[in-house]
Amino acid sequence: MTRTNLMAGTILASALATGAAAQTELSMWYHGAGNEVESEIINRIVGDFNESQDEWEVSLQSFPQGSYNDSVIAAALAGNLPDILDVDGPVMPNWAWSGYLQPLPIDESLIENFLPGTKGEWNGELYSIGLWDAAVAMVTRQSYLDQFDIRVPTLEEPWTLEEFDAALVKIKESGEFAYPLDLGMAWTGEWYPYAFSPFLQSFGGDIVDRETYSTAEGALNGDAAVEFGEWWQSLFERDLVPGTSQDPADRDNGFVEGKYAISWNGNWAALNILNEYGDDTLFLPAPDFGNGPVIGAASWQFGVSATSEHPEGAAAFIEFALQDEYLAAFSNGIGLIPPTESAAEMTENYKEGGPMAVFYELSESQAKLRPVSPGYVVAAKVFEKALADIANGADVQDTLDAAVDEIDADIERNQGYGH
Amino acid sequence: MSRSRLTQSNRAGWTMALPGFGLIAVFIILPFFFAFGLSFTNQRLISPNPTEWVGFDNYRQLMGVGVLTLEPERDDAGAVIRDEDGAIEYPRLRGFTRGNPDYAHLDGMREWTSWQWGEDRVVLLARDVVFMKAVVNTLTFVAVVAPVQAGLALVLALLINQRLRGINVFRTIYFMPVVVSIVVVSLLWRFIYDGNDGLLNNLLSAITFGAFEPVDWLGNPDTALPAIMAMSIWQAVGFHMVIWLAGLQTISPTLYEAAEIEGTSRWQTFRYVTWPGLRNTAVLILIVITMQAFALFAQIDVMTGGGPLDSTQTIVFQAVERGYGKQDISGGSTISVLLFLLVLTISLIQRYLTRERN
Repeated sequence: MTRTNLMAGTILASALATGAAAQTELSMWYHGAGNEVESEIINRIVGDFNESQDEWEVSLQSFPQGSYNDSVIAAALAGNLPDILDVDGPVMPNWAWSGYLQPLPIDESLIENFLPGTKGEWNGELYSIGLWDAAVAMVTRQSYLDQFDIRVPTLEEPWTLEEFDAALVKIKESGEFAYPLDLGMAWTGEWYPYAFSPFLQSFGGDIVDRETYSTAEGALNGDAAVEFGEWWQSLFERDLVPGTSQDPADRDNGFVEGKYAISWNGNWAALNILNEYGDDTLFLPAPDFGNGPVIGAASWQFGVSATSEHPEGAAAFIEFALQDEYLAAFSNGIGLIPPTESAAEMTENYKEGGPMAVFYELSESQAKLRPVSPGYVVAAKVFEKALADIANGADVQDTLDAAVDEIDADIERNQGYGH
Repeated sequence: MSRSRLTQSNRAGWTMALPGFGLIAVFIILPFFFAFGLSFTNQRLISPNPTEWVGFDNYRQLMGVGVLTLEPERDDAGAVIRDEDGAIEYPRLRGFTRGNPDYAHLDGMREWTSWQWGEDRVVLLARDVVFMKAVVNTLTFVAVVAPVQAGLALVLALLINQRLRGINVFRTIYFMPVVVSIVVVSLLWRFIYDGNDGLLNNLLSAITFGAFEPVDWLGNPDTALPAIMAMSIWQAVGFHMVIWLAGLQTISPTLYEAAEIEGTSRWQTFRYVTWPGLRNTAVLILIVITMQAFALFAQIDVMTGGGPLDSTQTIVFQAVERGYGKQDISGGSTISVLLFLLVLTISLIQRYLTRERN
C-alpha cells in the first residue's frame, strides 16, 4: 500500500470508529401504530432526544395495539426484544416475572409526584413508568339530568346503588333513549376487566384475593360478588344496557348521537364528546355500590427489556420523556391524564377549572389498580368471559364458581406465580 | 424395483423437491410431534418455571366426565317440593362438586347436560364443559355442513354444466365468494346479521311487510351457530362446485346419448348415468369438506368470539384461546392431539364406508 492510501485508510477508519462509538443505537417498540396523534408526539420525543445528546440514538418501531402483546411475546421467545418497550400496566407483572423486563434504572426522585397508577411496581421494584394515566367516568349531559330530575353526584357524595338504579329505570320508562346506560359491551378485551372490575370491587368482591394472590375463592364467588353478578345480569334483563352484541359503531357514536343517556366511558373518548356538547357535558364519578366508589388505573408504561445491553441509555431516554412538556403534549393530544400536577397546569383540559380536571381528582382518590400479579393475564380473560356469560343469562353462582376454578387452576399450574 | 428408480435416476427431482419437503418437515411435521410431546408436560408459553412431565393430566383435565343422580328436595312430610311453575326442586350442584368429601371424584366438575329420570334428575358432569361444548358444536357443524354443502355444490355444478351462452358468467359468480378472504367475508356477514339494522333483518322485514320481528342472529345462542353455518356454506360452495364440475365432465357423453335413445327421464339419467360416474369425486369431496369443517376457526374468532353462552365454541378456537390467549401451550397441544385423533377416526370410517367393493 502506498503511503497516501495508508493515511487515507487510517483517517477513514478512525472517523468511522469515532462515529460508531459516538452514537449507540437503541431500539424501541411502541404500540401506537395507526394512531396519528400518538405517533406524532412519540416521534417528536424520539427526535428531540436524539438531537439533545450524542451518545444514544433511539430508533422507533410502531406496532398496532391489537397485536402488540403477541409480538413482544414472540420476540421474547426468539430472544429479539428491543431495548426500550412499552407495556400495559396490568400486564407488566407477567412480563417482569417471565424475565422480559429489568428494574428501571432511573432516578426515583423524578417520579416522586407521579400519580400512583402510572408507576409499575412488582416485587418491590419499579419496572415501568407511564407518561399518562387513564380514568373512566359516567359521561352524561346536564340537560338530561335536569330533564329527569336526577341529582348530580359529586366526589364526596356519589350515587348509591339504589339511586343509580332508580335513575336508570326512570330514564328507561320515558322511552326517549334506545338504552339509558351504555357500558361499552362492544369493546371486548381488556376493557371488560378495566371498566367493570371496579364495580365488582365497589360491591366488595375482587378478581383474586389480594392478600395471598393464590386463589380467587371468596373474592370472585363470595356473597358480594354474587350480589354484583345478579345486579349485572338484571341490567341486561331489564333492557337498561345494550348487551354483548352491541355494534362497535354504536359504542363509539351512540352517546353523541343521542341513543344513550349515560355512557361509562374513558377519558380518551372524552374529547369527542366535549367537542359535541361543550359545557353541557358532565363527567361524573362512579357510583358507590357499598364499599366506596372505585375506578380503574394504569395504562401504557415504558420499561427496559431484560436483554438490553444499554440499560443506562434506555433509562436516559425514559427520563428525557418524563419532562412536563411531553406529558402535557400527550394529554392535549389524546386526552389522557397527565401524571403530575405541574404537567396538568400546562394542558388545556386538566388545568385548574379545565373541563376534564375532575378526572385528575378521580384518579387520585378513587383509582385502584387491577390485581398486581403475573396471573392477571389469564384472570382477565376468565373474568371477561364470566361477565359476558352472566350478561347473556347464565346462572350467576355457577359462572363465578367456574371462573374461580379456572383462575385457581392456572395459579396452581404456575406454582403461585412467584408470590 | 420402484425404490431404486425413485431414488437413483431421480436425483434432480429430489434436489428440487428438497426445499419444499424441508419446509413442510419443519413447519408441519415437527410441530405435529411437538404437540404430542408437549401435551404430556405442563409447558407454558412463557414462564420462568421449568417444564415438568405430567403424564395424562392434561387429557384427564379436558375429558373428565362424571354422572350424578339428584333426588328431589323433600319437605318434612316426605312430599316433593315444587316451585311456582310446578317444576321439581333439586339441591344445588355446588353442594356436591365443591369441597364435598363424599364426592371427591366430582370435585371441580360442572354440569354439562341433564335429564329427568322419573322423579330424579340425572346430571352429566364434565371437568371442562367449554371443551365438551366445543366438541359437540364442531361435530354438529360438520354433520350439517358436509352434506348440505356437498349437495348444494352438486346442484350448482349440474346447473352450470350445460352448454348455454354466458354460462361462464354464472361459473364466475358462484366461484367468487371462495376467492374472498374468510376474514373479510366474516366481517361483512357480521353487518348483515346485525340485530338492529342488519341487511338480513331489513330484507325479511320488507318481504313480510313488517310482520317479521328483527332477530339478533349472532347474539342469540339458538341462532348463532346456524347463522355461521349458512355463511360458511355460502363461502365455500363454489370451490366444491368446481370439483363436481370436473367430475361431471369426465362422464362420457356417449352414455348420455345412449340414455337419451333409451328414453330415460331426467331423474333416471341422473341416478343411473351421472351419479355412478361421480362416485370417486363424491368420496373426495366428502373427505375434504369434513376436514375443512373441523378446522372451523376464523369465522368464530371474527364474528362471535366463542359465541353467546358457548354456543359457537369450536375445537380449534379453544386450542388457540388456551394455547396463546391463556398461555397454556400444553393445553392447546392436548386439544390439537384430540382433534387429530377425532379427524383421523372419522376419515378412516368414511374411507371404510366408501371403499371399492370388488
